Amino acid sequence: MKAQDIELKPVVEAILFVASEPLPISRLEVLTEGIKREKKSLREIMVELEREYEKEGRSFTIRKVANGYQLRTRDIYSPWIRKLFHPRRVVHLSKAALETLAIIAYKQPITRIEIEVIRGVNVDGIIKNLLDRELIKISGQKEVVGRPYLYRTCRRFLEYFGLKTLSDLPPLESRGKPTVKKIIASSDLKYEDLEAGNRQ
Amino acid sequence: MEEQQFHLEVFEGPLDLLLYLIRKDELDIYNIPIAQITEQYLKYIELMKILDLDIAGEFLAMAATLMHIKSRLLLPPEERGEDEEEEDPRWDLVRQLLEYKQFKGAADSFHELELKQEKSFTRGRVSVDFVPSSELPLEDIDLFELLDAFSQVLDEAEKRRPPEFEPDNFTLEDGRNRVLKRINPRGSILFHLLFEKGESRTRIVVVFLALLELIRQKIIQVIQDGHFGEIMIKRVETART
Repeated sequence: MKAQDIELKPVVEAILFVASEPLPISRLEVLTEGIKREKKSLREIMVELEREYEKEGRSFTIRKVANGYQLRTRDIYSPWIRKLFHPRRVVHLSKAALETLAIIAYKQPITRIEIEVIRGVNVDGIIKNLLDRELIKISGQKEVVGRPYLYRTCRRFLEYFGLKTLSDLPPLESRGKPTVKKIIASSDLKYEDLEAGNRQ
Repeated sequence: MEEQQFHLEVFEGPLDLLLYLIRKDELDIYNIPIAQITEQYLKYIELMKILDLDIAGEFLAMAATLMHIKSRLLLPPEERGEDEEEEDPRWDLVRQLLEYKQFKGAADSFHELELKQEKSFTRGRVSVDFVPSSELPLEDIDLFELLDAFSQVLDEAEKRRPPEFEPDNFTLEDGRNRVLKRINPRGSILFHLLFEKGESRTRIVVVFLALLELIRQKIIQVIQDGHFGEIMIKRVETART
């Protein structure tokens, strides 16, 4: 079969099938370069694929996560997939890890000491764990004495929680206290900046 | 007890304890009765010390902060500082608690998202992390609620008999066996039924430590009838395929 006879949709489907990470449209554009595009954009193809999966009752869906598209199994099949991994079990993040991650997510970039001021307790081990799980990364050093590391959430963080972008974060419960927007405003950042940080 | 090496790491911090106490006694976070909460706080520290739990130094630092605030509140306002607009000495702490509470709330929402997301799998890199069941890390136990129940049993015991000094060779292993044996018939038991009436303080401590260890090993779990309700101990059902 010649390359020009290949249709875009099945190629995209094949790529999504093997991809280990959510793929943004821009990346899919590059990957499928040279394939004749009818009038449909990649975005429309995604919608089409998703509808087909739905209509045919396939076991997968296409989900938008972490600024990209990902093929995922439908929720209802999880009990059987879990059996596949038996006797290993899903590890949830501990409460302490979730709290630390929440602080980083809303206040990034942030130093370890700044996190500890909020949590009132040492977070050394937790930070290490979150780095290992690639949920956060070191994004630089703060220009203060000691030049401490600054931490940010990674793309994997969005994927782990099924968030499309950082602006998808659940709103912080406001109690006359700084809201997410205020926090971000006070750290001279915009949501878009945060997302850009995650795209790297 | 000396030779029994047992150190349960405590993941909760001093702010968790304060928020717990506030919630428990339905206190107004903006108007915390400092004397009352300091007394309660110190009581929990004492309990954790009795159990020889591995508590963070931050707990003691917070105890000092609380006592400092308490002493400042005892001074008439004009003597607290030259500043006319002198802030309530509690305010720094209140701010810290409110901010922390907010992130605790966010952590709960994150947990819900996590549970939702892990029902769906991807190819390639597995979307959720799996570990062998035996290596599961210590998950959060509601330590303070357990400590509450523990201190009630302890108080009860002290009312019945004065603190004893006779040696007791009841071991952690004995404690463990007792917990498992009592759970066995029905798979669950009310917390206070794990202890004997008129039991010695040492034994109560040992049984409680054995209980914490069993929770850590995920052999048993703690269920509570709503917040601050009666605590039930239950055997963890092992998933079979």
